[in-house]
Amino acid sequence: MTVNQLSVFIENRQGRLGEVLKVLKDNDVNILSISLADTTEYGLLRLIVNNPEHGRDVLLEAGFSSMLTEVLIIKVPHVAGALQNILSLIAEKNISIEYMYGLSVESEDASIVMKTNQLDLACSILKSGHIDTMTSQEIASL
Amino acid sequence: MIWSKEETLSREEMEALQLERLKETVQRVYERVEPYRKKMDEKGVKPEDIKSLKDLSKLPFVTKQDMRDNYPFGLFAVPKDELVRIHASSGTTGKPTVVGYTKGDMDVWTECVSRIACAGGAQPSDVAQICFGYGMFTGALGLHYGLENIGAAIVPSSTGNSEKQLMYMKDFGTTLLVATPSYALRLAEVAREIGIDPQRDLKVKIGLVGSELLTDAMREEMHKYWGNDMLVTSNYGMSELMGPGVSGECEYINGMHINEDYFIPEIINPQTGEVLPEGEWGELVITCIKKEALPLIRYRTKDITRLHYEPCKCGRTTCRMENLSGRSDDMLKIRGVNVFPSQIEEVVLSVDGLGPHYEIIVERDGYSDKLTVRVELAKATDSFKELEAIEKNVRSKLKIVLGLDAKVKLESPNTLARFEGKAKRVRDLRKES
Repeated sequence: MTVNQLSVFIENRQGRLGEVLKVLKDNDVNILSISLADTTEYGLLRLIVNNPEHGRDVLLEAGFSSMLTEVLIIKVPHVAGALQNILSLIAEKNISIEYMYGLSVESEDASIVMKTNQLDLACSILKSGHIDTMTSQEIASL
Repeated sequence: MIWSKEETLSREEMEALQLERLKETVQRVYERVEPYRKKMDEKGVKPEDIKSLKDLSKLPFVTKQDMRDNYPFGLFAVPKDELVRIHASSGTTGKPTVVGYTKGDMDVWTECVSRIACAGGAQPSDVAQICFGYGMFTGALGLHYGLENIGAAIVPSSTGNSEKQLMYMKDFGTTLLVATPSYALRLAEVAREIGIDPQRDLKVKIGLVGSELLTDAMREEMHKYWGNDMLVTSNYGMSELMGPGVSGECEYINGMHINEDYFIPEIINPQTGEVLPEGEWGELVITCIKKEALPLIRYRTKDITRLHYEPCKCGRTTCRMENLSGRSDDMLKIRGVNVFPSQIEEVVLSVDGLGPHYEIIVERDGYSDKLTVRVELAKATDSFKELEAIEKNVRSKLKIVLGLDAKVKLESPNTLARFEGKAKRVRDLRKES
């Protein structure tokens, strides 16, 4: 149910993001979605890629502080209120969302990447609510 | 105004006085301070061997390490109940250097500071605002007692809250400012920001600056902001020796007059320990000859300077030391605080999630010093909370150890330079133009 996201620490320095992307490119890691959150001094780059394990390894080798983080990728129908419905299910159980961002894949549904505190609980809630999530295999085949 | 007649003794009179006091001190230290007696015995020198001032060079040195090794009172020559004051300065290992004063020492200290204050132009009619941090640091209280002794009105405003400082200055009619050079300039900067013109709206005409190197460029800046008619003099001291009051400049800005009847200066080659002839650059070594609680003999200050013995135009005949040209070790002076890279290293090593590499950057930010410590993440994270916690942890530990606010910069692993042999972890960008 969960998918491995690639998280990379980058300093706010010109060209730093480009360096990460170059390592991934040179190692054939395909980026499906990207989120960059920053403070004044540094940022966290979060990526959904086709091969996160390989991505982490090559980045570590290149001297980046990178790791895998388990996240949920939830399919959200193209209907008004769809996301709100999903979030309210989660909020009811007092699960907090740490961050989320969109994933653009050509399909009928939109998708969002979500990191929550109680990941297992979130999974089972989504499952019982018949809300689809994407698997690692699906991601890898994109 | 010359405060004491001892400042104008002839060389012969001064040397006779110094020899008498040196002999007494060495005798007393030999009897009462076991660690120093051991050092003398190891060198095979007895108090009786001190027959002339030249014999001073037979005596062993005392270093900061000796003070740490004998923490807190091991080098004291009086029982604890004779102390009336205890101060401490920052130390590299977290343990501070402890200094103590008897009633007699307090009188000497007050006397010495009164002299340097007068040399720097202080008068009984002055309103003296002391913008040094009060506390364990000897600077503030040293100047406080000395200036009060000559009859000035003390405004013990300490450091921080610059706007309030300026309000006091304006409303009380402060005429004399005691501060580090960088804080004096910072105050002038803040004054302008809040619409006070230091030259027109304030009456400050005397600046007694210390605790930090006053370069010619800084003195010029001081004049630019505070007015050309401000007399800016620097003074020198360190808590191990007493605090401020070891030496200070007079109105001729011709080197800092040393209170030689209390402190005998020598210049040595820092590598060999050999005493250098008059006028040569080297490490300043000071022997305290009239102190009761902590009479350090041949204390290695690590400060580099040179000495001049010709009488000064001001009428004082005491030896003058030139403005310091640096340190013989790697100590940094940041906003008036002594900082050793090893202190920062200890903090970095004690924080989880960081690698052992670091870089210290000291810059001028306006007229203040800015300390930045770059550190490397050792463990990857996906959480800003965690990153912030690491940063905060380093900052608060630095604040405790150094008493300084530092900026902490997190870096990716392998970002910082690696060194073979001696690491160069300090970048001091406070270049004088």
